Amino acid sequence: MDDDIITLTVVDREGENHELEAPTDMAMNLMEVCRSYELPVEGTCGGMALCASCHCYVLTDHELSEPSEDEEDMLDQAFFVEDNSRLSCQIRISKELDGIKVKLAPVGD
Amino acid sequence: MIQTDILIIGAGPCGLFTVFEAGLLKLRCHLVDALPQPGGQLSEIYPKKPIYDIPGYPSILAGELVDNLMEQIEPFKPGFTLGERAETVEKVGDKMYRLTTSRGTQIEAPVICIAGGLGCFEPRKPPIEGIEKYEDKGVDYIIRDPEVYKGKKLLIAGGGDSALDWTIFLSDIADEVTLIHRRTSFRGALDSVEKVMDLAKDKKVNLITEAQAIGLNGNGVLKEVVVKTKAHGEITQSVDNFIPLFGLSPKLGPIADWGLTIDKNAIEVDTRDYSTGVPGIYAIGDINTYPGKLKLILCGFHEGTLMVQSAFKYINPDQKLSFKYTTVAGVNGFES
Repeated sequence: MDDDIITLTVVDREGENHELEAPTDMAMNLMEVCRSYELPVEGTCGGMALCASCHCYVLTDHELSEPSEDEEDMLDQAFFVEDNSRLSCQIRISKELDGIKVKLAPVGD
Repeated sequence: MIQTDILIIGAGPCGLFTVFEAGLLKLRCHLVDALPQPGGQLSEIYPKKPIYDIPGYPSILAGELVDNLMEQIEPFKPGFTLGERAETVEKVGDKMYRLTTSRGTQIEAPVICIAGGLGCFEPRKPPIEGIEKYEDKGVDYIIRDPEVYKGKKLLIAGGGDSALDWTIFLSDIADEVTLIHRRTSFRGALDSVEKVMDLAKDKKVNLITEAQAIGLNGNGVLKEVVVKTKAHGEITQSVDNFIPLFGLSPKLGPIADWGLTIDKNAIEVDTRDYSTGVPGIYAIGDINTYPGKLKLILCGFHEGTLMVQSAFKYINPDQKLSFKYTTVAGVNGFES
């Protein structure tokens, strides 16, 4: 496998698994990876943790950096927030994330 | 009846700058925006964030950019209808449209420029099953008249300033106020947070943290909210009103019904002049789409600039337009 590529799984809102490959050397975040595969992630604010449209649940026990205060604030305005909720735009694609599995959170109307 | 040359829907950066470019061609503009202030996303979402890709500005705060644009377009005396949503457009004559806003304001213009960005900002609605059934029958996303809650049992949800402020305010009016929030800490202003904590201590507000509303029960009218809590599992709270306050999010809104070609919430345009295919209607900025589209403010400025050239020819088919640099011709505003 290419050193700079990790694989990850995204479960969409219908419960279907999508195996994705993502480069670790392009400063991408998980929201952008989902969008590049045309998964239904809006990313309305472009990745500033300002809209919560990329809300997801982390299903594996990968160690992620703690959510910033901005991210927590935005999660306050999201729905169906769980302990494993994150904004995928705040999850940087790195080697440590290889094998991570996330599920897209339901979207409001 | 307001009359103008170019009716711009959306007072974000692209809509604002279009006033300048239109003014250079002696075309007048009127802007309509659902938000109460100009600036669109820049004012509403990120006024204190820096933008680094405005040509000539190594860094500028979004709010400053809006202030600068307002100063730049002032000579061209644009009209503003703010806090009103563009609702319907009808053709009322050859080369004449009439737009009606959510408050009934009517504006007529031969050209409409849709610079609506992500759409209109509307309250975020919790995706709780059946919530639509209870809208205005117990579920309120906006508090219009606090007096209607006199003697009522309320459940407010949210953790920001509006949830805190309304909890404080309504605790004096309503019979019973419960505030639920998903965490134990609040992001609102510190004194509001302290006030709510004090009210909770004095039993004037029932504060449930680490909790979220997950269900609504009732019989045509809202009767109960099901709340999932970390400490006690699911509890059912008997209420008269459920008031979820989760901020605003943009929706394309009525523009979707105007007969334009829409792809993934964006209006398809011809990149020669950003026309929509419907004569006299153009779309610029984040709301349009075309091959190679980038949602950047600087691209929107370019789009508005080309768009007004086309609008001029559409409005004045017999007049020749001679292009002049501002450095040569200066900026000659309107008297009033």
